[in-house]
Amino acid sequence: MARRVLLIEDEPNIIEALSFILTRDGWTVHTHSDGATAAARVKSGEPEVVVLDAMLPGRSGFDILRDLRADPATAGVPVLMLTARGQERDRELALRLGATEFMTKPFANAEVVAGVRRLAGD
Amino acid sequence: MIERLPTGTRIRERRQERGLRQAELAATVGISPSYLNLIEHGRRRIAGKLLANLARALDLDPAALGEGGDGGRLHVLRAAAASVPEMLRPQPEIARAQDFLDRFPGWAALAASQGRRIEALEGRVAELAGRLSHDHDLAQALHQVISGVTAIRAASGILAENPDLDRDWQARFLGNIRSDSETLAESSRALVRFLEAPARAAPLGPSPQEEAERWLDSRDHHLPEVEVGGPLAGPLPEGPAGDLLRSWAARYARDAAALPLGPFAAASREADYDPAILARGFDAPLPRVLRRLASLPPGQGHPPMGLLVADASGTLTHAKMTEGLAVPRAGGCPLWPLFEALAQPSRPLRLKAALPGQGAPRFLCHAVAAPRDAPDWEAPPLVEAIMLLAPLPPGPEAGDRLVGPTCRLCPRKDCLARREPSILG
Repeated sequence: MARRVLLIEDEPNIIEALSFILTRDGWTVHTHSDGATAAARVKSGEPEVVVLDAMLPGRSGFDILRDLRADPATAGVPVLMLTARGQERDRELALRLGATEFMTKPFANAEVVAGVRRLAGD
Repeated sequence: MIERLPTGTRIRERRQERGLRQAELAATVGISPSYLNLIEHGRRRIAGKLLANLARALDLDPAALGEGGDGGRLHVLRAAAASVPEMLRPQPEIARAQDFLDRFPGWAALAASQGRRIEALEGRVAELAGRLSHDHDLAQALHQVISGVTAIRAASGILAENPDLDRDWQARFLGNIRSDSETLAESSRALVRFLEAPARAAPLGPSPQEEAERWLDSRDHHLPEVEVGGPLAGPLPEGPAGDLLRSWAARYARDAAALPLGPFAAASREADYDPAILARGFDAPLPRVLRRLASLPPGQGHPPMGLLVADASGTLTHAKMTEGLAVPRAGGCPLWPLFEALAQPSRPLRLKAALPGQGAPRFLCHAVAAPRDAPDWEAPPLVEAIMLLAPLPPGPEAGDRLVGPTCRLCPRKDCLARREPSILG
């Protein structure tokens, strides 16, 4: 069975491109665009890796990350945080809240694939 | 920041330096010793011939001795010194600022104007930095640009790295790139619009409030044409300063209509300028009485009185300075009753406040805070504090409220209200 990655992102064309490259790399990609329900989706879907955008409608990626880490069921899931702002403050915040890795937009496709693999422990 | 070194204090200090007794100096300029005593203690304002005679008798420059002469500059010099890094060696000789001002008026003026300009520039830089880091529109525009670039980079990467991609996928990603580049073009235009220099940058001169106050200073804060129901007699400053003046004049007109000058001035003398007696006598709200007292015409035997108005953030929104008064527009000493009043709106406060130092200015303060506007169900009340200040003989005396200019320029040790160290050691 293919390995599962959950992509939490709201830009449709970024979702499409990332889904394509991760699928080609052998992943089953689930996507979710609503910040408010994202944490529940992680809990029910039990993905191997989460790719989480920082700016989402409904609830910010940082808040979702905080929820994930506070829930024992999701506290250990690897999270690759994507943000449009490469500011040091955002990076520190993401790492303090427990992001496994942090990547700034615009990224190269190969970086994302390598990042997801790394988080899955490959 | 505004301060006027009291004329009376300068006269007294200079007289004592020269070893003159009050009676001797009074005789030289042809006034009574008791009148000189009132002048020295800030109870009488002087100008013209008497000021010139006193200056000559004391071998001083009349312009420097007069009200609002170089006191402002002295304060700006001190404020400039306060912003000097502590590592700088040698440190400015703050205690000798007056000496510097007297001996090198031109250089002192240069240092003072540079100090003011640096302050204005720093304010501007902080404003721009704040705009860059907190502006919602900018954050939005940047987010859209970066999202667009990210999507295009990912899609074009897929096309380039997968030459064998089937037609459907190719068409799909090409379509995405096309729509993303359209969006990107629009969002980058929005970004450019944002970053273009604004057509009308805020001027780096005095703030509109300062400009309006200078204009009112030049009229001694008494507006005869508004007293009789007329419009402000121009020329008014242009832009926001003019708007501030028009709004002040509208308030002045309402105050004057409720408390007409003739009866109010007579009653003020009768009540020895006690705002509570006047408020009762005219059945008028206390803030209105305080504003009216501060707008009594000069030169008719009324004591000089200052007026400060602050909003609930403690920022001064209106100031009529008086001799020896030093209150910065924001970040002043919280011990002034003006700020204390904000904690208990509608409770009147009356106390004597003394600035630091022997022989430093003292004031009888009346303060009260009250909602500024008529009640509105939809908006929170905007509370405004108002304080009237009348000079008292220099002190301090027992029971005085010990206030200061700002922490940086205040020598008081063990002050519970201190929030940053003083440069005065």
